[in-house]
Parts: sequence; structure tokens; C-alpha cells
Amino acid sequence: MTQKYLRLSGLEPFVLTPDIPFVNIGERTNVTGSARFRKLIVNRDYAAALEVARDQVENGAQVIDVNMDEGLIDSQQAMVEFLNLVASEPDIARVPIMIDSSKWEVIEAGLKCVQGKAVVNSISLKEGEEAFRHHAGLVMAYGAAVVVMAFDEQGQADTYERKIEICARAYRVLVDEMGFPPQDIIFDPNVFAVATGIEEHDNYGVDFIEATRWIRQNLPHAHVSGGVSNLSFSFRGNEPVREAMHAVFLYHAIKAGMDMGIVNAGQLAVYDQIDPDLREACEDVVLNRVPKAGGTATERMLEIAERFRGDKREEKVRDLAWRDWTVEKRLEHALVNGITEFIEADTEEARVAAERPLHVIEGPLMAGMNVVGDLFGDGKMFLPQVVKSARVMKQAVAVLLPYMEEEKRQNGGGERQSAGKVLMATVKGDVHDIGKNIVGVVLACNNYEIIDLGVMVPATKILETAQEENVDIIGLSGLITPSLDEMVHVAAEMEREGFDIPLLIGGATTSRVHTAVKIHPKYERGQSVYVTDASRAVGVVGNLLSADAKPDYIETLQAEYHKVTQAHERSEREKQRLPLARARSNAHRTDWSAYTPPKPSFFGTRVFDTWSVEELARYIDWTPFFQTWEMKGRYPKILDDEKQGAAARQLFDDAQAMLDKIIAEKWFAPKAVVGFWPANSVGDDIRLFTGEDRREECATFYTLRQQLLKRGGKPNLALSDFVAPHDSGKADYIGGFVVTAGIEEVAIAKRFERANDDYNAILVKALADRIAEAFAERLHEKVRKEYWGYAPEEAYEPDELIGEPYQGIRPAPGYPAQPDHTEKVTLFRLLDAEKATGVSLTESMAMWPGSSVSGIYLANPESYYFGVAKVERDQVEDYAKRKSMNIQEVERWLGPVLNYEPSQLAAAAAE
Amino acid sequence: MNERADILDLVASGQRQSPTLELLHGLAAERILILDGAMGTMIQTLNMSEEDFTSGGHIHGPGCRHHYHPEHPQQGNNDLLVLTQPKAVEDIQLQFALAGADILETNTFSSTTIAQADYGLEAAVHDLNVAGAQVARRAADRAQAEDGRPRFVAGAVGPTNRTASISPDVNDPGFRAVSFDELRIAYSQQIDGLIEGGSDLILIETIFDTLNAKAAIFAAFESFAKAGRTLPIMISGTITDASGRTLSGQTPTAFWHSVAHARPFTVGLNCALGASAMRPHMTEIASVASSLTCAYPNAGLPNAFGEYDETPDQTAAQVADFARDGIVNVVGGCCGTTPDHIRAIADAVAPFEPRKISS
Repeated sequence: MTQKYLRLSGLEPFVLTPDIPFVNIGERTNVTGSARFRKLIVNRDYAAALEVARDQVENGAQVIDVNMDEGLIDSQQAMVEFLNLVASEPDIARVPIMIDSSKWEVIEAGLKCVQGKAVVNSISLKEGEEAFRHHAGLVMAYGAAVVVMAFDEQGQADTYERKIEICARAYRVLVDEMGFPPQDIIFDPNVFAVATGIEEHDNYGVDFIEATRWIRQNLPHAHVSGGVSNLSFSFRGNEPVREAMHAVFLYHAIKAGMDMGIVNAGQLAVYDQIDPDLREACEDVVLNRVPKAGGTATERMLEIAERFRGDKREEKVRDLAWRDWTVEKRLEHALVNGITEFIEADTEEARVAAERPLHVIEGPLMAGMNVVGDLFGDGKMFLPQVVKSARVMKQAVAVLLPYMEEEKRQNGGGERQSAGKVLMATVKGDVHDIGKNIVGVVLACNNYEIIDLGVMVPATKILETAQEENVDIIGLSGLITPSLDEMVHVAAEMEREGFDIPLLIGGATTSRVHTAVKIHPKYERGQSVYVTDASRAVGVVGNLLSADAKPDYIETLQAEYHKVTQAHERSEREKQRLPLARARSNAHRTDWSAYTPPKPSFFGTRVFDTWSVEELARYIDWTPFFQTWEMKGRYPKILDDEKQGAAARQLFDDAQAMLDKIIAEKWFAPKAVVGFWPANSVGDDIRLFTGEDRREECATFYTLRQQLLKRGGKPNLALSDFVAPHDSGKADYIGGFVVTAGIEEVAIAKRFERANDDYNAILVKALADRIAEAFAERLHEKVRKEYWGYAPEEAYEPDELIGEPYQGIRPAPGYPAQPDHTEKVTLFRLLDAEKATGVSLTESMAMWPGSSVSGIYLANPESYYFGVAKVERDQVEDYAKRKSMNIQEVERWLGPVLNYEPSQLAAAAAE
Repeated sequence: MNERADILDLVASGQRQSPTLELLHGLAAERILILDGAMGTMIQTLNMSEEDFTSGGHIHGPGCRHHYHPEHPQQGNNDLLVLTQPKAVEDIQLQFALAGADILETNTFSSTTIAQADYGLEAAVHDLNVAGAQVARRAADRAQAEDGRPRFVAGAVGPTNRTASISPDVNDPGFRAVSFDELRIAYSQQIDGLIEGGSDLILIETIFDTLNAKAAIFAAFESFAKAGRTLPIMISGTITDASGRTLSGQTPTAFWHSVAHARPFTVGLNCALGASAMRPHMTEIASVASSLTCAYPNAGLPNAFGEYDETPDQTAAQVADFARDGIVNVVGGCCGTTPDHIRAIADAVAPFEPRKISS
């Protein structure tokens, strides 16, 4: 903790540790860098300006630079107003602020508005040492880090000697004379334009890079930053060349030790992807080399620059110049860019040229996939692009496979050498597999052999296969809460059967805490590992299968799990929960004398099977679609994102194209069933009646109540609170529904998988999920406006519905407001849902097919979504009695929300 | 003196090591030091009337130098008692000292112009702080005379009743009811008085908005520069939210990063939801802070009547857990803790080594 790292903070801390190679500072809230932001600030449109800041943070900016230096406005006032507004937005204020101005008064005004540790940008020796000390002293008193420009009384430093002389002098004054913490100093040694035609400018790139190297070696703990766009000033208007120059420059400057910078990441070429001629010309000007072809670097650059002008990256796909390359390079290009068009012919060509078909895989194909793996690891490629690369790889392997089998038949030789065998399965009772498939694809890209057992796989099948195939790792996936217990069961079985291979745990409801607390202790012979997402899987598997890395890795994991377990136990102990009776006495109370529940337009059930996907498509919420692909950010803003925008647009285009096909070729036949019944609550139960006379009960929905100690007058909720109690004398009602995108999804995805097209297999499943959710949204709207009809005047646009602005809710069994999945049985029986829609329930109460949604409808204007959270044994006993289930069974279904260990209690009772 | 020279003094005062700091570091290397308990809840038990608070209407500063005639009722203005009932305050502080406290807090939590505005006593602020420090000094000296152990007076600087980084108006999030400079000036005035009255340390406490605390740190630097001597600073935040963040939204580590430039003697937490709720946050601070750490929780949560039910043993057992975990160098009590609590805490932590700053 006493290590001299740059430590900043917003609402959350940021530490620049040595394993962070480069901090990219968000520059879009800079009026001098962003025309859009300038316009918003000049027009005082602060709401939109905050959105710009929010976008940057959502897209991963670790620090945001705020600059208000604009002649038309009062910069100081704008800085104060904007920073005060930022402070009120926790999702922006969580990152540290860089207060950027050429005027000290503006900087100081800004420092008075930020509670976190900010960065001042910048101070310098320009006005002499006295002013420099004054500013630095104030920076220390306000508690900030500082950018120091290489600028003194003589002017800005241009040569290597001047840069290091000024930085050394500033460092001496700050650190030796004033006691300024050296780790809080960030030098900016000035990036200047190169290739301007003026000979004195030719060495500017080298001067910066070498000054950076010197600073990092000679001025301990200090950092180096810079604004890169100046470098290519003489190529204004030729964006492709500018981007290439920036990428080349950064590549060398970062190696020399530049660890921060203001860079527009969206406008940066990937170093390895730059045309070799262009890259060499860039290196010549940046590194001031004499070109191999003769002449000067600037001449060569000017010559070549014209060739690349207007070569938009979007159009690269159509640029077929790469078809003239060697077959190895063509294969790599196809893999990196995800192009399947020529892969069969190219693979065949490589096979003919190779001694053995296996050599094509181990040679050019794996080399290409390694490039993909590296680019993904470096954050230069995104998941959808990687999955496309995998599709190219699979299709290439499919060309080679018959030849390899033939070879094997003839001489029985030569299995492909894989990095390891990984068995993947979605556990028994669960049907969700998009995440699992993505992990499989990403691992396959990294040369692991994947054995995918599909969905609803029982433990016995997993263990048998693992033994037969002698796999190196087992990966389990699941989405619904009962799958958590099934995973614990698999872990316990692995222990019993004497396995010792690592067990990976992933999927939406899994967590580090659950893995550490519940799964890890059940499997002591081997190691259970929670994997956050697909991008982590490669690193985790690599560590686990490396003899060198494994012991340390496991030791770290076990220490971490131990800590997590202890913290979990402590925090659970500290949460105060109420006895059920007290929680009930703090129920939510609607004033029923002032509210008469509306009556639905029909009772009993109705089936809807003629809705077209075309109508539903307008109701799709695309943000979760991008999340499926591990791309964070909100739709539609994600499409214009600096870093992942291009990948997001491509994915979105692919999704739209497939959606068009789904509609035109009627791939899916969405189905739904809706029902309404007279209902009243009795305690925590909701009783449903066959008729309005309310004499004959047809079902009961049992609900669970929050038991956490509530403060500030907040109620302890149960869903039954939103239904009129029997003794209120009011007639109330309840609805229920099941929708599905259609059982066709399963067969269509299979078809793609058979064609070695994982990309489209995952895409169609992700779309089916979205269509089911869109159907639920559209149907709920119809319910509110027509079928129940309590809000006939409602007029929201489809995209407004995402925020749930409407009256009433549609909670689903198995989700936070009612964590008991078995309530689905009642719902399905009432709706006769399997017959009506084809959706069935698995033994874990997952709906099959996976792209289905169910829930109940409540109309009470006071209703809202909530989470029951953990429940105590008194409620579980009461619930079991009401529901006539035995208590162990209830405990099994409610396992994830129990606030006690059932086995511990049973043991305690037995003592 | 021109303004630029001032700033350099200010920086220098922030850097300087004081003899008191060396002494404290020496003691803290040997054992966990004890801070006193709650003044406010102790005063409440005396059930003082308006008459008691104003000393029959005769409010005057030390040495009878000023008379104050506030128009507002003063009952509940606990800080005023250092002028009107100095004996009562001194007695409480003496009890804490004899119960084992090494560091006594002055009764000056709300002695800023900003907080005293509610009572119309802005003009009395300098006197309140001077007298507050003097009263605690007397208690400290009496205890030291009795048992020979050194006692230290920590000038208590509260958060005021305004926040510099949160708007009180939900419809106008950019609005601020107080500015950094207004806070800095008010704090500087308070700290000047605390130094004049003989404080050994400055304790910036119950911080719910880190920007207020940063103004207080700046003000302390200014006051030290003016006085020509630097006092050790103790910094204590408060986390009242289940989310584990300060009211202004910072995590414990972010809070530490924001105040580390004060190079404090201790950083830590006080007040809030009691010791057990404080523990995870205190553990986090102990794992990141390069200064010593200090924790002084409430005696649990207040009951329905606003009283604190935790017995001395209950509080002490939880604070002992902090010591056992090696996460504290200074411990004490906040709301609801009595001299008996402090004695129990001192006994309970005695067997344990103070926290070591790991590298």
C-alpha cells in the first residue's frame, strides 16, 4: 500500500499499477477536442453534455478530461456548473476527473468542485519558477495529481535535450524542493507535427519517444502523457494516413514508457493491420529513418499518402487486393476479418501445397487464429468478430477433415495436437446455452478441443463422458436459479468419483460468491473456478492447464475464495432480518376504500398464435442483445461508440439481415396464451376463483415476503400486497401469460451448427430471446390497453416501454419478486400453457424452448418490481405449510434465497 | 506578505513533522491508543435547561472578554457549554481520560460560523474554539497529574450541516448550499481558535462529504502556516449507508485517495451504524492506508427513542475484533459511548498489537 503508484479517485478509486500499460483519457468532454461538445456547452445544453460524459465512462474511459477553454463562454463558470452536475451523476462521477485548462483560475475553480482526487492539466515553468511553485503548492493543498508540460521561460521544448532538461528541472523543484509526491507527476513532453517538409521537424517523433524513455528511467515514479493528434497535423484531411501515423507512434512511445494519453481510440488503426508499405512509411517519419527506397522519409510519406487517401476501413471488405497475397497470408486475412467467401478454395489450395492436411491446421490456420487471439486479448477485436473468425476456422477444418480421416484410415497416424480437451455442458433442467456456446467458440479459437454435450445434461452423463474422453477440464453453464444446486451436485459427484480436474462455473445466475461458498467446498480434490465471461475463459483455462502457472494460480484463487466466503458470512450475519410476523405487520397497504380494481374484458384463457415477428420487432430492446455478445453500452449509442462502434454496427447489420429473413421466410411462429381470473389476497396468498361470484377457488398463488429490516417507512413487500384482500370487500383480478418466440428456434440453430456456422447459431438464439421478450412487452401493452383495459389511453412509443413507465407489473416466478420457480406449475396449469403454446417445463422448472417468457399480471397502480432477497426459516416453514409441500423440498427450491444453511439447522436440531 | 509566499508557507506547513507527531508515533508503535467517547450523549443525560445552556443569560468568552446576546433559544447547542458550563464539560472529559483515553476531543463539533448560524452565535465562534480547547486541556492536565500518563487534546472539527458536493434541491442538481471557499474560511477560523486554545491535534471527523473535508484540510494548512506550527491531523469519515459508501458516494478506498494529501496521523471511520457494520469498511481502509488508522463507532444502533442500548462489554467485544484483526492503531467511541464503554474498550484491546502498515 505504500508503493508509489498514481492513486486517483472519483466515487471509486483508480490506481495506475504496472500491469496497466496505457491509460486512455476520455477526451470527448473537451471543447477544444470535440466540436459536438463545444456546441452543447455554448448552447448550455448540459443534459446532452452529461450524456457525452456518461457515454465515455460507459465505454471504459478510466479518467475523463474536462476542458471548457472556449472564447464564446465564461470558461470558469462553465467548468463549475458542469463539474457540479457531474457530481450529481454517480455513474459518471465514479471515475476521476482531469481538470484541463490553459487558465489557472479555471483549474482552481474546478478543484473546488471535486471531492475525489483529480488531475490538473496542466502547469509549467512557462512563467518562471515562482508561478510554477505557486500553482504546484495549490495543487498539493487541494490534493490533486498534475500534468507538467515541458515548457519554460524560453518556450516549449522541441528537442530531446530541451525536453529532458525542463522535465528534470520541474521534477527537482517539485520533488526535492517542495515535497510533491513524484508518483503524482505526469510529464507531457509535447508531441509536435512531423513530415512537415521542414527539416528541423523531422526528429520530433524521436525526440518525444527518447525523452519519454529518459524520463521513465531517470525521474523515478513520474509518468508520461501526450496529445497524439498533433503528430500528423500536416496530413489533415487524410484520415487513414493520420490514423496509421498515430498507431505507429503510440506503438513506439508506449514501449518507451508513455503510460497515459489523450487518444481518440475510435480513430486509431490497429498497428498489425496497417498496410505494410504505409506502416513502413509511417515508421520512417516517426522514427526519422532514411527510407529503404531512398529519398527522405517525408517525400516517401507524401508519395504514398495519396494512395491511401479516402480508403475507408468500411470498404476494406470489398478491397480484393489481398487476393493476390500468398495463400498463408490470405488465410490469416480471412480469419482476422471473418471472411468465409474464399475460405474453401484457399484451404484446398493450401492442402494441395502441404505435405499433410494436418499441416494446414497446425501451420497457417493456427497462426491466423493466434493473431485473432492476441488481438482479442489486447482489446483490439470484439466478441462478435472473434465468433466470425471461428466460423471461418471451422469451415476450413471441415474442408480438411475428410482428407485427414482418409490419411488416418490408411496409416492410422496423426491426431491433431490440441492445447487441451474441455467438456462443456448446460446442467440438467436448464436449456440456456448461448453463453456456453460463446465460451466454447472462444476456447476453440485458442486451440482447445471442445466436447459440447449441449443442454439439460445430467451429472452422470457429464462424468461418464469426461472419463471416456479423458478431458482436461469440465465447464458447467446455467441460467436459472435451480441450476446453481445442480452445479453443486455435479461438484459433489466429481469429488465422490475421484475426479481432480478443474471445474469451470459460468452463466447468468452463477457468481463468485456462490462458487466460493457453495461449490468450492464440495469439490476438494479439484479446483472450482468461477468465470465471469467468455473473454476471461482463455486466461483461466490457460492458467489451469499450465504446469508452471497452475500452483500459483490455484493458491491465489483459494485465498480469494476463502476471503469471499468469510466476507459473505460476515455480511450475512450483519444483515438484520425480521421475524415473519413483524415483516407482515409492515406490509404495503393500498387504500382500498379509495381504489376500485378494474375488471378484465374476459375471464379464462385466450390463445394468440397469429402475431407476426414483423409487428413484434418494433418492440425489441437491443441493449441486452449486445450484452449477450459481451458488448457493454446502451443501444443505439453503442453503434457510435469510439472503440466498439464498428464491431457493434457490423453485428447489428447482421442481426437486422437475419431478422429480415426470419420475417420474410417465417422462421418462427410466436405463440402466447393469456388468462384472467377474479382474485383476492388472503395474507401472503393470492386466491383465484372460477367466477365473479368468488365461491369456487381454482388456484392459489403463494408469495414470499421480504424479511430484511427496512428503514425510512419502506414496507416489507410480498406480491400479495398488490391484490385487494378478501376482507376489503373489493373485487380484484389477476392475469397470467406464457409467450414463446417459437419452438422452431432449436431446429434452426442446429442447422447452423451442422453447417459449422456457430456465429449464426448464436445469432438466431440471441434474436429468438429478444423476440420472446418483445412479445411479452407487446402483449403486456395490449393487456393494459385492451384485454384488461385499465389504461386504454396509454400511448407510449415502443422504445419508451423499456423504462417501464406504465401502470402495473408482470413479475415472473423464479425471479426476484417471487423466487420460487415451482409457482410456474400453477401458472402453466391455469393457462394449459403447454397445449396452447408448446412450451414445457423441465425438471428444474426452466421453460423449453429457452426463448420463452411467463409471468403474472398485476394492475394495481401502486405495484412495482422488487426483490424478496433472503428469507428466514420461519417463513420457509410457513410457506411449506401453506403450499402443502414438505419443508426439505421448499428449501431445495428456495436454496439460493435461504438465509440459513438447512443442513446446519437440521444438524443443530439433531444434537 | 504577498499571496505567493503564503502558498509556499502553506505547503511547507503541510510537510512539516511536529514534535507531537513524533511523540504520538512513538506511543502508537507500542500499543493501540485510546480516543475518548461521546460528549453529546453524555451531555444529554444531564438534562440541562435553557437556563443552564445560557448560564442564566450570561454568555461570555474566556476572560469575560465578550458578551453575547443571541436571539435564538440555545438549549441543545452543546458546544456553547464550554463557555456557560465549562466545569460540566471538563468533568466528562476527565472521566473519559481516567477511564483510559489518551486523546480527548474538544467539545467543538459544531463550532463553525456555518453550524452556529442556526443559533445566531456566529460571532462567538472564535471564543467557543479557544475555550473548547482550554477546557479539554485542563481535563487532560488533571488526568496527567493524577496518573502520569500523557494526554493529548484533539481539536474536533465537524462536518457542518451543509454539503459542498451534493445539492439539497433535487430539482437543481447543480446548486450548492455552501461553497468550498465558504467552508475553508469557516474551518480556518475554527482551527485558529483550536490552536490558540492549546490543542495538540486537529481531528476532522464524521465526514459525510469528502469535499467538506478537503476544505477543512486546506484550512488546517492555512492555520498552521499562520500559527507557524503544524499539528498532526486525524481524519475520520462516516459510512451510514448499507451500500458501504459515504453520503457523497465514495468507497472507503476512494475516500482515502482523496484525503491522503493531508499526510494524516490517522485515517479511519466513526459514528454510523455501530462497530460490526463498520468492520468491513474499516478493514478496507486498513488495507490501503499508508497512515495509521482510527475507529470510533457508536454504541450500536439507536433504539426507537434515539438511545443507544449496547453495553460497554458488547461494544468493547466488537472493537476488540478490530484489534484482533490488526486493522486499528487508535480506537474510541462515538454516540452512546460512556466512560465505562471507553474503559471496557481500553481493556479489551490491550492484549493486541497495534496495526502494522504493510508495504
